[in-house]
Amino acid sequence: MPRPGTSDHDPIADGDTKGRGTIETFIDLVLFTMLVVVALAIVRLRSLFAVVMLAGVFSLLSALLLVTLDAVDVAFTEAAVGAGISTVLLLGTLALTTRFERPSSHSPWLPLFVVVVTGAALVYGTLDMPNFGAADAPAQTHVWPDYVARVPHEIGVPNIVTAILASYRGYDTMGETAVVFTAGIGVLLLISGLGRRRREDEDDDREGEA
Amino acid sequence: MRHHLILRVVTKLLVGTIMLFALYVQFHGDYSPGGGFQAGVIMAVGFILYGIVFGLDLVQKVLPPWFVHKLLAIGVLLYAGTGIYSLFTGYAFLDYSALSPHHPEHGQHWGILLVEAGVGITVTGVMVAIYYAFSARTPVIGDEEW
Repeated sequence: MPRPGTSDHDPIADGDTKGRGTIETFIDLVLFTMLVVVALAIVRLRSLFAVVMLAGVFSLLSALLLVTLDAVDVAFTEAAVGAGISTVLLLGTLALTTRFERPSSHSPWLPLFVVVVTGAALVYGTLDMPNFGAADAPAQTHVWPDYVARVPHEIGVPNIVTAILASYRGYDTMGETAVVFTAGIGVLLLISGLGRRRREDEDDDREGEA
Repeated sequence: MRHHLILRVVTKLLVGTIMLFALYVQFHGDYSPGGGFQAGVIMAVGFILYGIVFGLDLVQKVLPPWFVHKLLAIGVLLYAGTGIYSLFTGYAFLDYSALSPHHPEHGQHWGILLVEAGVGITVTGVMVAIYYAFSARTPVIGDEEW
């Protein structure tokens, strides 16, 4: 039985040290092509309903790419938050505004220039990165071997990601929970109308006293 | 809304399964991908799907807004409370060995279970609260407009 939460594909044991198999490259190419097609469709479409749906599809494709990278925990979050909740919230927002995007009045050349320059800078940045799955990459040599060695006898849970997030990095996760909590409180204060109702009650009381 | 028959039947079948899956992701997070954050979102999706198909009033009978607002804080308090407990028993903040001093490994299991439950409760609360806040402002869309 493959250990859940960890990769059962070991490039070194498989003698696949150069990188990944042709099938995985093919899957990556197909997924990236679909990502680009969806992104172009989002840019060109004027119906915001279709755009929201395609944004969900975009998230789902990103989640699939993360699965092929063996980052199942991240893929899970992307699918649940990006494709699920965000789509619902965007639809909720859409119901408060119009359904169609107004044609933009400014020329697209400046935004296009900014995007191309940023994209080129990012691609230039990846040239220094180690190859995918390289055994001497900092991700494999820095703290990771230490965690892999310590988790089985210190924590004893098979999913090392959970052990790191909840135990070794418990402070960080508590901070994240507090951030989610703060975001929820912020939304409630801004748009739930709870504050407004209380103020109306106070106004009623004051009128009653007067 | 009466004539979305297929949507209503499929939703009734799905909501229970979604919530069961959320509980699986929550409590099986030690062994498989997932954990409190993902489980909270999936649990919220169960309620939101019910709300979208059957209307805000019905879902708020099951999960009233005042209870959702309590959930936001309960999760964070559960997480921080685990840390405070370990402080009072003489360990470092969030050192789960405090939960079972003779078997530190069991303590770690309990600690992870508790804080993941805290994360799950807060995330469920926040997601449902945001959905309630948005859809309470939304004028009901007529069926013919879809």
